[in-house]
Amino acid sequence: MRSLWAAVMLTGIYSFLGASWMLILDAPDVAFTEAAVGAGLSTVLMLSTLALTGTTMKKQATSTLLPLVVVSLTGLALIYGTADMPYFGDPTAPAHQHLMPEFMADTVPSIHEAAGHHAETGVGVDNVVTAVLASYRGYDTLGETVVILTAGIGVLLILGGEKRFSSFFADLSLRDVPSMRHRAILRVATKLLIPYILLFALYVQFHGDYGPGGGFQAGVIFAAALILYGLVFGLRATLKVAPPSVVETLVALGVLLYAGTGVATMLLGGNFLDYSVLEHPLLPGVLPHGQHLGILLVELGVGITVAAVMITIFFAFVGREHPR
Amino acid sequence: MNTVLGLYNYWIVIFLMMTGFYVVIAQGNLVKKVIGLNIFQISVFLLYITIGKVRGGTAPILPEDVTYSPDGLPIPPQGFDGWSNPLPSVLILTAIVVGVATTAVALALIVRIGEAYGTIEEDEILALDLEE
Amino acid sequence: MEQHLPILQIIVPLIAAPLCLLLRQRTLVLGFAICVCWATFAMAVMLLLRVAPANGGDPGFPMATVITYQLGGWMAPWGIEYRIDILSVFVLLIVSGIGATVLTYAPLSLSREIDRDQHYLFCAAYLLCLTGLLGIAITGDLFNLFVFLEISALSSYALISLGANQSRKALTAAFQYLVMGTIGATFILIGIGLMYQMTGTLNMTDMAARLDTFGGTRTVLVTFAFLTVGISLKMALFPLHLWLPGAYAYAPSVATAFLAATATKVSVYILLRFIFTLFKPQFAFEMLNFDLGLMALAILGIFAASTIAIFQTNIKRMLAYSSVAQIGYMVLGISFATVTGLTAGIVHLLNHALIKGGLFLAMGCIALRLGSVELEDMRGIGRRMPMTMFAWVLGGLGLVGVPVTAGFISKWYLISAALEKGWWPVAALVLLSSLLALVYVWRVVETAYFDSPADPQLDVAEAPLAMLIPVYVLIGASLFFGLSTSLSANVARYAAEMLLGVTS
Repeated sequence: MRSLWAAVMLTGIYSFLGASWMLILDAPDVAFTEAAVGAGLSTVLMLSTLALTGTTMKKQATSTLLPLVVVSLTGLALIYGTADMPYFGDPTAPAHQHLMPEFMADTVPSIHEAAGHHAETGVGVDNVVTAVLASYRGYDTLGETVVILTAGIGVLLILGGEKRFSSFFADLSLRDVPSMRHRAILRVATKLLIPYILLFALYVQFHGDYGPGGGFQAGVIFAAALILYGLVFGLRATLKVAPPSVVETLVALGVLLYAGTGVATMLLGGNFLDYSVLEHPLLPGVLPHGQHLGILLVELGVGITVAAVMITIFFAFVGREHPR
Repeated sequence: MNTVLGLYNYWIVIFLMMTGFYVVIAQGNLVKKVIGLNIFQISVFLLYITIGKVRGGTAPILPEDVTYSPDGLPIPPQGFDGWSNPLPSVLILTAIVVGVATTAVALALIVRIGEAYGTIEEDEILALDLEE
Repeated sequence: MEQHLPILQIIVPLIAAPLCLLLRQRTLVLGFAICVCWATFAMAVMLLLRVAPANGGDPGFPMATVITYQLGGWMAPWGIEYRIDILSVFVLLIVSGIGATVLTYAPLSLSREIDRDQHYLFCAAYLLCLTGLLGIAITGDLFNLFVFLEISALSSYALISLGANQSRKALTAAFQYLVMGTIGATFILIGIGLMYQMTGTLNMTDMAARLDTFGGTRTVLVTFAFLTVGISLKMALFPLHLWLPGAYAYAPSVATAFLAATATKVSVYILLRFIFTLFKPQFAFEMLNFDLGLMALAILGIFAASTIAIFQTNIKRMLAYSSVAQIGYMVLGISFATVTGLTAGIVHLLNHALIKGGLFLAMGCIALRLGSVELEDMRGIGRRMPMTMFAWVLGGLGLVGVPVTAGFISKWYLISAALEKGWWPVAALVLLSSLLALVYVWRVVETAYFDSPADPQLDVAEAPLAMLIPVYVLIGASLFFGLSTSLSANVARYAAEMLLGVTS
């Protein structure tokens, strides 16, 4: 296939199909994220890249024998390895017997209970995936947020270099990427849609305890709203709404909020990210306490950093000068 | 036959993985390599998710009116025999993030390479480098 | 606060990175980052004091202890657990020590090689890479290891690409590293998935215990294969080393020094964990005869890489190939699967880190003054930059393995291990490869001291003191550990004994 544009589109479709398959396999959170990220964000980034590097490729002249051999060997090795695997859907597989029952019952004898603190057993959140993600394995999620941060810093380093930082973004506002302002239907439809998208992002952010959702998906949706605005109304308008210096500050703040919650729990006497010590209600009736407060704060941290980094990456790609 | 019925999900996923892997190592165009990486990674995610699926189970989200069985486990809603495993979902959520982070950095590098070399074909770049 | 030391070790650099983003002012950020790195090193030393056996470890005294820390307050294996044993703390010390020394050296080198406006981003990426590497060494959870592996990898790709100011090859090198590194990471992810499927857990000690009961042999075999190939890609084990020469040669001097001295060492650490902690040495070495395969690859790598190094004109590239060879030595030590062999491999983690770190820092000094790292341009430099070249010579002698240098200690243990097993040919090969190292080191020494300068008009001064001191800290340390092995080799031996399950 010589058209890269078509290849990118097909990849997006593959990713979307993958997301649908994940939904059928009882993983709605993952399906949600894969659809937003794989089918949505990756495709946008690849298209931005193609806009800068060209959309077709030359005919392949390289030999395909060695890669075929390597790939076949790897594939056969994997298939050989499936011989001893538990059958598809087998409820007696080790993976379902060992840690899962306690996660579902949400009654893990936790360390603070042993230490004599007043403890609610478990996390007490309906979406068990969120409970595991944000509390039991919350530290991994901090790592994930740091990965996003690293990508943002990486893209800033790679694409932000040649010009001075302030003038790089100042140049952006001077150079008006052709907007679609004159297309009335797009303009009106976007203006109607964007508030709902933002509202949906907020809903997903805070509803992750009770249904599929959470900080990461919310951050991507939020960024998508801004990217849509940028595509239709032009970069200059978007820069007024989201000035790069503010966005860069938010990138840092999200991670600091997450890690800061952990530091707070340490100062209050628990281990890092042990939310059960966050017992004293800050605003009774408004904010929850304990595990719920911890999860709220860290998910917010994730959402902020994810949205900010996605917007920063978008600015970096779109603001790049077209090679003449 | 039982084996095929029991393992077909893994084989499908392995085939998809190898397709992605092949694209990465065989294609010379840098963007296509990134596409191959993406396909490879998505297939690995599917592998994890098929591991987590329990026959007759439902997504691990407790309904509001959940009741518990005597040994402390939640009773799945009407029509389902059990719950699917939440842990693979958690791992894959993180892995997806890592994947998109890598893709973003890779694409940023491709943009710079395109500017510096005037091409994003691996063999042309190699030729230009050897000339130097 | 003392009980939180394990997490503070990681959290301090982790929080410092976004703070660098906020602070933005170059001098402020550099000073802040350097302080953070030294604080991180201090914490690693404190951890060593708590983990290492009492009284220098004479037999009869308590063995090294293991510190654990439950993150989130949840008990493992439901939660993530940090598990620090003597091997972990050894690696923590290496990484944090190198990280601090190299960043102290950095400011002048960075000004020469990278835009001043990007320095605050460089510091953030550097701290993130440090966080990632430390996080790998300290965790007891396999998926947590993967996440931090990717943190260190992503930040390295960005750090390497910064060399594009000097040469556009830095971009292709970074991209190739990205592709190969991501393939490796995805293989590891597949391996983790299969491990989880077989054992139902992600905690490494729990996994090791459950593997016997639940692992089907064919799946275990394939899992082991994927994990090993994946980590070999990251470790640059021959023949999967193709990304390394380009990445080290074209990255900025500071990035090369840091990565060359730490990243591959941490990958070797991961290999050690896979083989000895997860799968138990009996599986790899007795059931699979993996040791012979590993040894063959190691020896091939040593010779191929050392030979290619001899023909390089870009000295950073030459040192990169030398690194591939040195990793071969580490893996050779591991393949012996005896206490002496493992001691050799583990002690070489430290020794090579110090030697290569010092050598690349010296190259950074040369790059600062000459603007080039080509052998041609280095003619006669020995007389005009005597201190820098003297340090280089000492490092080069370490690569060869001359007595008094740290390199000698590693080679001594390697040869002893070979002789212990009665494998005379292997011992001879190790000596032969040292001759190869002598050749490529001598090339540089000859050109630097005995050739007349390429451009006598060019006014070349000695490197600034601020950069020379870190060079001598590392080279000096390598000499120190070449003379006094109580700290390095003894710690390595404890680690080796622990890994092999030997109790004294």
